[in-house]
Order: sequence, then structure tokens, then C-alpha cells
Amino acid sequence: MSYTAADLRKGLKIELEGIPYEVTDFEFVKPGKGQAMYKCRIKNMLIGSTMDKTFRAVDKIDQPNIESKTMAFSYKEGDKYVFMDNKTYEQVELHEDVVGDQRFFLLEDLECEVLFFNHRAMSVTLPSFVIKEIKETEPGARGNTATNVLKPAKIDTGYEVGVPIFINQGDFIRIDTRTGKYVERVKLG
Amino acid sequence: MRPPPADSDALRAQRRILELRARLNETIRRFFRERGFLEVDTPVVLPANAPEANIDAVPAGAGWFRTSPELAMKRLLAAGCEKIFQLGPVARAGERGRWHHPEFTLLEWYRAHAGYLEILADAKALLACVAQELRGATDFVWQGKPVSFAQELWEKAAVSQAFIQHAGWDPAHKFDPDRFDLDLVTRVEPALPADRPVVLIDYPAPLAALARRKPDDPARAERWELYLGGVELANAYSELTDPAEQRARFIEANAQRAKRGEKPYPLDETFLAALAQMPPSGGIALGVDRLLMILADADSLDGVLPFRNG
Repeated sequence: MSYTAADLRKGLKIELEGIPYEVTDFEFVKPGKGQAMYKCRIKNMLIGSTMDKTFRAVDKIDQPNIESKTMAFSYKEGDKYVFMDNKTYEQVELHEDVVGDQRFFLLEDLECEVLFFNHRAMSVTLPSFVIKEIKETEPGARGNTATNVLKPAKIDTGYEVGVPIFINQGDFIRIDTRTGKYVERVKLG
Repeated sequence: MRPPPADSDALRAQRRILELRARLNETIRRFFRERGFLEVDTPVVLPANAPEANIDAVPAGAGWFRTSPELAMKRLLAAGCEKIFQLGPVARAGERGRWHHPEFTLLEWYRAHAGYLEILADAKALLACVAQELRGATDFVWQGKPVSFAQELWEKAAVSQAFIQHAGWDPAHKFDPDRFDLDLVTRVEPALPADRPVVLIDYPAPLAALARRKPDDPARAERWELYLGGVELANAYSELTDPAEQRARFIEANAQRAKRGEKPYPLDETFLAALAQMPPSGGIALGVDRLLMILADADSLDGVLPFRNG
């Protein structure tokens, strides 16, 4: 399967020389008497780096074979993170570099979206919000409900997050996995 | 009472742009009138445009909307009009982007018994004049960056020189159309100074279109393009007046179209016959919407087109 340059748009996933890229920016250009072209900024989906690439209107662009599957985080071994399909028990490993900062927010059995390129696991996206227990922080000042003053707190993975003064050790909080920031206190049970 | 339709709100917000465009048009007309140019109006729907490899016309009735008023204006030159200008709409199919809109306004002017350098002098004076009129000075700010239309700041770079410097090859020596277009937008244009008008001059002969070759250097044509901050504003020629060579170039442009699976265009025989009578002339087409975009401090053509299409 292939695209033509006219299909290019932000968010389109394409394949160049065996590497999957996502188009993050594109612009139609046409010099004077010249041919129509599309100036794109593309992001390497395997390593996250970006580059500029200009396509001519006549260029054919490969469509990458990308599938998405919901898989649960299973365990960590060395610098590998193992995810499992709870129906088929198929397991895949992703390197720490690919998981990135999201690794701090993983929980056992957390359902994540794993992307496969040519049937090989390529990347993972966590749910936007996860709930984590505060393992370590200065005792909270009772009655101080201000949310604009933050103090450091640690969660089980050692990740340090800024939380309001009233949060205590043992409290559960909601964290935005895209920004790594505190969202709110959660009462469990 | 019914609320006004959203369209009216959107158009009302464009009042400043409507006024700026009207002032730009007035300034352009006064500029040329004061220099003895005759304003002309030529047909918008034509039986034939000049065939060009990369310009697609929009069908209209039995013919096409004009992609440029060039051929009719050259017939006027052949008929003895020596200094003429026209400000009006043209259409080109499939061109839509930050600096493209399928219908846009072209300013074209022609001088008989002159060439592309006399046209360059006109362009310098015109841009200084419109900046003075619309911005109060030749130096102003476009999208947070200083630009100047001061005549003494214009820079001129030979196409071959610019390509050798920024892309490592001379397109006039061994022409490669694909490589030329790609290197132009990815290497040469981004390297041009952004704060003043820059003229790329003397194009490889295969890109002459309707320009004559340089008498002392037939590998190059007397054509220049004007850039400001990466935006291409105008394209000027010492006009080709040889009907046989012009016909051959039209046929070549159609051959390139056919190679890409596109329909060839008919030739305008009235124009080709008149060309034999046309005196040596210089001419130019300038994108008025792009000029207005810069003068109005807009980021894209969308900012100066109240009636957008697509």
C-alpha cells in the first residue's frame, strides 16, 4: 500500500527506507514555475528524533504496517518492560528507552496501547491518568487546602512529583502520564 | 430578533483588510498612472492559456480561466501599446497552502523597448512606494521580524551562483528539473536573506518559459524572481519575441505534461501570430495577495482573503 503526496497531513504515519515516521507538520509549496511539493517535518517512531523531508507531488510514499493492541503491563526485567495480551497470553518486551518517562507510572496489570511495526512491538502509550500511592513526603499541614503551593513527594518507582501541602504519605493521587504532573487526591474504597 | 449569520461577523472582522487592499490597489494604480502606463482589462475566460508544465488551468465553459493575463497583454504590446499594466484575478487549479490560493490577484506590467532590468527598477520603486503608503515607511515589521523595502537594500544573486553556494551544483550547466525544484525549496530559498527583497536572476534556459535567452549566454534566460522572507513575490522576463521558439517551448511544456499523464493544452495561435510584431519588451507578474499579506502583517494568505476557497 502506498500514499501519494496529496494524502500528506498532520498525524499521517508513513514509511521511509524501512523506518516508520509520523508527519508532525506539513506545508504546500510551489516555486514559481516549478512543481508542487510538500515540506514536512517527520518524527521517527522508533527513536523519536525528527527531521525535515520534502516530497514532490508525484512521489509515492509507503504506508507502514502498524497495528495497535491493548496489553497489560506484566513485569520489569533489567531494562526490559514486559507487556502481555490477557487473552492470548502473548508477551512482548520493550526497552526502557522506548518506554521513556512513562515507566514511572506503570502499575502491574495496567492496560496500555502497544504499537506494532511489521508485527514487532515498537512503542507503548499509557492511559492518560494513573493512580499512584505516595510512599514518601513531609507530613501534611492539616487544614491547608491550598493547591498552588507544592512540596516534593515520591511514588513507588522513585519518581518525584510536586503535590499540595495537604497530601500525606499513604494517600493516593491521580497523575497525568503525559505531563507527569499531579492532578488530584483520590479516595480509594 | 434573529442573530446575524456567522458569515456577516466573519466578514465584518475583515474590514481592516478590505480597506488595506483598497489602498494598495489605489496606490498601485496611481504609481503606474504617474509613470505613463495605461491600465488595461483583458478577458478572464480564455480559449487557451500559455501551456506550462506545472500550472493547471481551471476549466470555464468551452475554455479556461486565465492563469495569467500575459498573452492578451503581449498582443497589446504587438498592437503598439508601449506601457501597460493590469490588476486582476487569475486562477490556478490545485494550489492551496499557506502562500497559495486557487484564485488570486496578479499585477502584471509591461514596457516595450525595455528588458528585465528596467522592470527591476520599476519593481524597486513600486515596493518602496506601497510600503510608504500602507506602513508609513519603507522599513516595517512583518510577523515580528524587521523587513525593508528600501530600494538601496535590494540584493541580487545569480541563480547559478546561489545554487553553487547553497546546493553545490550549477543548474545552468547540467539541468535536472526535479533536483532544481527540490534544492530550490530546501536549500536555496531558506538561505536567502529574509529582511530585504532578494532577486534571483538569470535562470537556466530550460526554465525560461516566456523569457528570451541571454544574447551572450544562451544557457541562461533573462528571467528574475523576487523573494521576501522566503515568499516569492514576482516573476519577470525580458520577453521572448521569437514565435518559432515560443511555439517550441509550448510544445515542450505540453510534452512534459503528457509525460506525467496530464492533458496538453491548446496553443493560442492568435498570440503566436502577434508575437512576430511585438517589440523587445520587459514584463512581470507580481502576486498582490502575498504583497498585501506582508504589508498587512499577516502570517498567511488566509489572513488577507475574506472569501476563502478550501
